[in-house]
Amino acid sequence: MSAGKRTGYSPGAFGSQGGASGLTALFREAGRPLLMPYAVGGYPDSKGCLQIVRTYLQNGADLIELGIPFSDPLADGPVIQGASQVALRAGIRPTDVLDVASAASSEGARLVLLSYLNTILAYGSERFFKRCAEGGVLGVVVPDVPVEEAAELQATARAQAVDVILLAAPTSTEERLARIAKAASGFIYCVSTTGVTGARSSLRADLPEFIARLRRHTDLPLAVGFGVSKVEQAEEVARYADGVIIGSALVDMVARGKDFKAGLAAAAGYLHEVSNTPSFSR
Amino acid sequence: MPETLVSALEELDKAYEQYKDDPAFVEELRVLQTDYAGRPTPLFLANRLSERVGCRVYLKREDLAHTGAHKINNTLGQILLAVRMGKKRIIAETGAGQHGVATATVAALFGLECHVYMGEEDIRRQELNVFRMRLLGAEVLPVSSGSGTLKDATNEAIRDWVANVESTHYIIGSVVGPAPYPTLVRDFQTIIGSETREQFLTREGKLPDGLVACVGAGSNAIGMFHDFLNDDSVRLVGVEAAGLGLDSGKHGASLARGTGGILHGSYSYVLQDADGQIQEAHSIAAGLDYPSVGPEHSHLKDAGRVEYTSVTDEEALEAFQELSRLEGIIPALESAHAVAYLLADHGFSEDSTVVVCLSGRGDKDVYSVADVLEMRR
Repeated sequence: MSAGKRTGYSPGAFGSQGGASGLTALFREAGRPLLMPYAVGGYPDSKGCLQIVRTYLQNGADLIELGIPFSDPLADGPVIQGASQVALRAGIRPTDVLDVASAASSEGARLVLLSYLNTILAYGSERFFKRCAEGGVLGVVVPDVPVEEAAELQATARAQAVDVILLAAPTSTEERLARIAKAASGFIYCVSTTGVTGARSSLRADLPEFIARLRRHTDLPLAVGFGVSKVEQAEEVARYADGVIIGSALVDMVARGKDFKAGLAAAAGYLHEVSNTPSFSR
Repeated sequence: MPETLVSALEELDKAYEQYKDDPAFVEELRVLQTDYAGRPTPLFLANRLSERVGCRVYLKREDLAHTGAHKINNTLGQILLAVRMGKKRIIAETGAGQHGVATATVAALFGLECHVYMGEEDIRRQELNVFRMRLLGAEVLPVSSGSGTLKDATNEAIRDWVANVESTHYIIGSVVGPAPYPTLVRDFQTIIGSETREQFLTREGKLPDGLVACVGAGSNAIGMFHDFLNDDSVRLVGVEAAGLGLDSGKHGASLARGTGGILHGSYSYVLQDADGQIQEAHSIAAGLDYPSVGPEHSHLKDAGRVEYTSVTDEEALEAFQELSRLEGIIPALESAHAVAYLLADHGFSEDSTVVVCLSGRGDKDVYSVADVLEMRR
């Protein structure tokens, strides 16, 4: 793993100069919404995880989100909790997930990580973001850090040209949305629903309105996640968002396959279908 | 804490600031504490225990508060806030079941829907409290993730709150969680210490030489200690659960063996591995089975104001039986940890007077203690 393995473009050329970060540029250059599948890092093991990431890449993924398994994932529903437990029991450590990220990045994947704060603190935040940068990781989503507690983490990450991705929720007040918009970099992760990650049969009726409210505060790309599962939902969200994150639905498909190969095939077929809908293929 | 919850935490903070000194709120709480919960709880001079341990011991009888533990102090305060915030649904986590019962009780009193998350392991060992909660009209939701104990029940309660935050108030049971919870729960529990102070002064004409309380997440201990923090002559002792021994890896002594970390939105001493994965706590007392501790205890440890020590399952079990035989009081296994400290080498001189916070009664524990003792026959 070396710093030179970064692919595509150099995040350093953007982020630290007050302009758009590498992540922001990725959204801008695409000219269409990004398809952002999620995988639990190190699930079912490091090798298997890399295969999942490759499958995502081959089937239209624009930006891949890799979660670092945590013992107490407060923002996650049963599917991601379960897969995280499998990875943890297999002995997966944060450093292993960073290795998978580096390997995937050297094969051309654009990546963000998702990590709970305690993992980053235990690793040492400076060391953590340095390794992110070396491994070509463009940003880190920290689901348990609200904007008022993010500044220090953001500064540490920014020194390595890595974005800390802030989240906005439908319950965020107007005042908070403005604050999040002001502090954010890379893109903003818009939580589509109150609740934890996991497939939903329907999305919140006020989701487009929530995205529109946030849009009034910022030009940053807005990616929507939590609860997006059906192809039609992804297609619908892509009409008003700059990115669609699909997590639990994919993790579940891989887990439910009669064997790993069948699970991968199911995820591949699904992503292929989503990426060929008009929103993502234009 | 997830962004989804921040607005609710801000709303709670605002409501608390608005009402805590509001005369109508204060009076409503006072009447409930008195007429409903039976406060003030007695301060009892335990003569035979005193003789046995070699110093004068008073027991602050929180076991005599309605529902059988100090937990009602906090749930009464929080339900009044929930009602004022217009919330229709209450959720809670529980370990030993005492907080769950205290929450189900106040939800029944105000006619609110109540869901209590409880680990499967705790449901097994606290059968009686599960039945009490159901009798009170609450739904008990079993949690099988992780170790099936308090930490996991708290995770599930937070997940529920994230999903239903607009209609629901989360009554957290101890001085943990994100701000403003640690402060709010402490404030509702300081009645333990303020009553003790007044009762002791009336009886003895001076302050006690020491206070002893058990510490899981630490709400009864903070409630007991808080009004004495500035009285340097009063020695404060917090007793953690050493479980099968501090070196066994099976204990709940976050202050003794934890390191700085984040669990459930507080930065405090946490039982965790080198990667920051939270470890499972163990104690014979379900209410002490938590791998972290209130952040204020961490502060008091670092400041050296409170001595934190620990006793094993075995010692607590012995104290459980000893207090029953000596004083006719069956303590909760949690509170038995505080008693156990005095049965060992406590360092108080013969003429000193100590108050033990008897945080709860032991009816809930008799079956599991019977099982343990039975196995030894």
